Amino acid sequence: MAAFSDRKTLITGIFVVVGIIFLLRLFQLQVADSTYKRFADNNALRKVVQYPARGLIYDRNHELLVYNKAAYDLLVIPRETGRFDTLAFAAMLDVPADLFTAELKKASAYSRYKPSVIVKQISHEKYASIQEQLYKMKGFYIQSRTLREYPRRIAAHALGYVGEVTQAMIDSNAYYQSGDYIGISGIEAAYEEELRGEKGVKYYMVDVHNRIQGSYLEGEMDTIARIGRNLTTTIDYRLQEYAEKLMQNKRGSVVAIEPSTGEVLALVNAPSYDPNLLVGRARGRNYSLLLSDPVKPLFNRALMAQYPPGSTFKMAQALVALEEGAITPQTRFHCAGGYSSGSFRVACHHNQSFEVVESIARSCNAYYVYAFRAILENPRYASIREAYDAWREYMLKFGFGRTLGSDLKNELKGMVPTSDYYQRYVFGTARWRALPIISLSIGQGELGITPFQLANYCAMLANRGYYYIPHIVREIEGREIPEKFRVRQESGISRSYFEPVIEGMEQVMTAGTGARSAIPGIAVCGKTGTAQNPHGADHSVFMAFAPRENPRIAVSVYVENGIWGATYAAPISSLVIEKYLNDTISSQRLWLEESMLKANLMNPSMIPVNDGDEE
Amino acid sequence: MATRNKLWANIDWITFFVFLLLALLGWINIYAAVYDDSHKSILDISQRYGKQMLWILAALVIGFAILIIESNFYVFFAWAFYGLTIFLLILVLFVGVEINGSKSWFIIGDFQIQPSEFAKFSTSLAVAKLMSGYNFRFGSPAGLLRVGVVILLPALLILLQPDTGSAIVFASFLLVLYREGLSGVVLFFAALTVVLFLLSLLVPNYLLLVILFLGALAAHYILNQRFRMVYMALGITSGMVLLVALADRITGAGLDPEVIVLGGMIPALAWFLFWISRHRIKRTMVIILVFVSSVAFTYSVDFVFNEILEKHHRDRINELLGIQSDPLGAGYNVNQSKIAIGSGGFLGKGFLRGTQTKYNFVPEQSTDFIFCTVGEEWGFAGSAVVIFLFIFLFIRLIILAERQRSAFSRIYGYSVAIILFFHFMVNIGMTIGLMPVIGIPLPFFSYGGSSLWAFTVLLFIFLRLDASRLDKLV
Repeated sequence: MAAFSDRKTLITGIFVVVGIIFLLRLFQLQVADSTYKRFADNNALRKVVQYPARGLIYDRNHELLVYNKAAYDLLVIPRETGRFDTLAFAAMLDVPADLFTAELKKASAYSRYKPSVIVKQISHEKYASIQEQLYKMKGFYIQSRTLREYPRRIAAHALGYVGEVTQAMIDSNAYYQSGDYIGISGIEAAYEEELRGEKGVKYYMVDVHNRIQGSYLEGEMDTIARIGRNLTTTIDYRLQEYAEKLMQNKRGSVVAIEPSTGEVLALVNAPSYDPNLLVGRARGRNYSLLLSDPVKPLFNRALMAQYPPGSTFKMAQALVALEEGAITPQTRFHCAGGYSSGSFRVACHHNQSFEVVESIARSCNAYYVYAFRAILENPRYASIREAYDAWREYMLKFGFGRTLGSDLKNELKGMVPTSDYYQRYVFGTARWRALPIISLSIGQGELGITPFQLANYCAMLANRGYYYIPHIVREIEGREIPEKFRVRQESGISRSYFEPVIEGMEQVMTAGTGARSAIPGIAVCGKTGTAQNPHGADHSVFMAFAPRENPRIAVSVYVENGIWGATYAAPISSLVIEKYLNDTISSQRLWLEESMLKANLMNPSMIPVNDGDEE
Repeated sequence: MATRNKLWANIDWITFFVFLLLALLGWINIYAAVYDDSHKSILDISQRYGKQMLWILAALVIGFAILIIESNFYVFFAWAFYGLTIFLLILVLFVGVEINGSKSWFIIGDFQIQPSEFAKFSTSLAVAKLMSGYNFRFGSPAGLLRVGVVILLPALLILLQPDTGSAIVFASFLLVLYREGLSGVVLFFAALTVVLFLLSLLVPNYLLLVILFLGALAAHYILNQRFRMVYMALGITSGMVLLVALADRITGAGLDPEVIVLGGMIPALAWFLFWISRHRIKRTMVIILVFVSSVAFTYSVDFVFNEILEKHHRDRINELLGIQSDPLGAGYNVNQSKIAIGSGGFLGKGFLRGTQTKYNFVPEQSTDFIFCTVGEEWGFAGSAVVIFLFIFLFIRLIILAERQRSAFSRIYGYSVAIILFFHFMVNIGMTIGLMPVIGIPLPFFSYGGSSLWAFTVLLFIFLRLDASRLDKLV
């Protein structure tokens, strides 16, 4: 086809001509004609973000726990500001003049065309008083925001707090932009997407004098803000408030769950703080104060403190032993003031033999050492290690050693060691034996259980073998709560084995270690415990549910350095239960309430001395 | 392994580097176009610029894969590619997902793909294969018919989606055919059609008749070099028209200017035909025939324009031609685009300092209107560099195409150069208000994986063919 090769000239010519036409046209548009530059100046667009109000948070009886109050951010577009008296303006805003000028400089450095926030969270009152003058300031704008307000000053850890997004959050989620608020902990964080709503954007055309000329493209590009969804929590604010009062001047936690649903009725951490401290302009300063406080008010003990469970662990051992056929309800073990094997000794204080029911009522350590040996040396399993693995499986089913999957952030796993752990650190190459790990049977040794897990375990006992994943939100406006909270979680223990265990727990309250905390007219099933504390006085532990039939509440209480379960944790539990079931404290127990309210364990001299026996 | 070594030495690295440069410039401008303060990293793959980086990397992998395949593969499987594309174009009409009113996309999971983008290279392969065959002759009507079907079939299927922009791209094959021996007359008539189409919309019909008449006289003079006849025709016709106009004035009938011109011209024409039939001047006969059919075409344009085109097409053409001006309506895009480019000045506002392309004044900033960002931030200087790069690439491709021994490679090379050129012309022409708004991407520049990969495949197959230009191809 060489014949037509001259035609390449025409084709190349077309390319060149089009290129030249384009260059001429571009020269005309960009260099010769200045009208387009003028158009561009008139083409300024102002983007105004519409921040939706965050959803409100209610307690289970629709009492308001969190609402919003208005606050105002002052924005500046440096290019648009005229001359003005910086000092007078700063004074009017109640901002130090040097800080104000520094912020202005920062804003100019960031962008001359785009708005920057220079004063944050001006209160509604302040804004009302300066509104008139502000209107005259060219280049300054007000953007309304909302701040959280907590009318009841309770449940700080459960509700969590809201703060500004960090750069890392902005990078990982395209929704957020600098200056946005986000839930950082508790419900605020867990339900961030529901609570925050959806930001909207309005575009306005403005002229060179920055006067709004109307909405841009007739609002076609605008998006409407959608306000956040309201949440109804499972918290009973009166119970929460009462429990917080009982825990004043103590360290520890109270967790109360409704066994039939898994709803968290109260989640108390002591010491706590007023959630209103972490709001608005004072947030940063207050946060660092709280963070450096030696009593750690920000620490969410209920979900994150991991203690050995002490004697409260015994019911779990009884249930596993029964289910595995290692014992029967009639099996008796003799306690001779403890258990000895060679030089190994577990102390106890009886001199008689027990069946399951009494072993719980009297909290016999020796019984559980025998029972645990029976579990580990069960002929069903080829080795102690295999038996241990089977045992650990039960512990996981009871909710120990793993997170429960609740809607609360920061849940910790706690610790139930794996057999690998013991292989590595205890047995090494040696053969597995029961004795070195026998203290697990009485809730000591390498165990870490959170108060939250303990309360859930208590709910599982109350339900005779299952629980619902504990959760703190009951209703999301216009949405269902996740399905998983309505699915029964099975413990793997036959229902019939619960009766002797629960009978034992009731006897704890009628004739055993918890008798002082019995509530007249209510069949409470409980168990005291002492959590060993290598750093000081042991912790007082108690768990209980009530009433015995159709239980309505399951509670776990930890009081740090309270030593005996019966001393602090049991009375506090019983008061919480009584308050929830009867709404008032009976007159013959007012002295107990009084002494709990007064008890102060923050002062080292008040901490009782540990003088020996186990519970 | 000798061939493999030769492969890398024989690749036209100049083309490759221009390609890479354009893709990187595109990436930087996409970054500037959708720049967002809170996602400053150009590598942030939650943003378009981060994604475009991934598309570019993938395009390089695709390009490499194409280069290491034997060149005969593309010759051998040309029809297979074409068949597969036709199948996909039919399939997309049934199972495609409608985006912006066109069923052009397959969506598989997170992945979107537009088969019409890949139709460009497969049709080029098919055209090259067909026309390089031994028994192919342009002269025969059968030959022309076959090429016509191969080109028009995918174009029609794309028109059904409907995606007019991508379908119009297939018009570029006309230039490829011209290079391979299609009569220049066809090209002339194609150009005439476009010009007439535009003129018939721009000027009143009576004026167009006058223009056509003067054009016919000019053509006659150029072909015959006889002044006498031109004077005669001019005199007679204008006399007739004046006569009709005078009659109109006297009777006060108030005739349309169009009727007056036609009333004068038709008798004059009749007289000419009579005169020519006696003198047997063949060339003049042709001129008159062209003139008459042009007039007929002019009248049919009104019909096509008002009855066949859709409203948004009419609006865009009207806007372009300045017949209807609505800066906030149909002309909004182009107007904003011109403002953005025009405000750039000689040296531009600087990287990331554009105001027009940031605030969504310009639509589709990162795809069809990406050139606005170049114009605004880099000014005339930067725009000129981009235009030089593109023109350089096209001319380079023509040079490469001409050095091929095999007709297949040459035809394919021309197809690549002209298809890329067509996109360049329409896309940039649109942003500077010289072309109607037709949504087709700027090659290698616009955001989007599908189009970038399709252009990469198109170009790299040619690079591969060129690298083995010394071998004997099937």
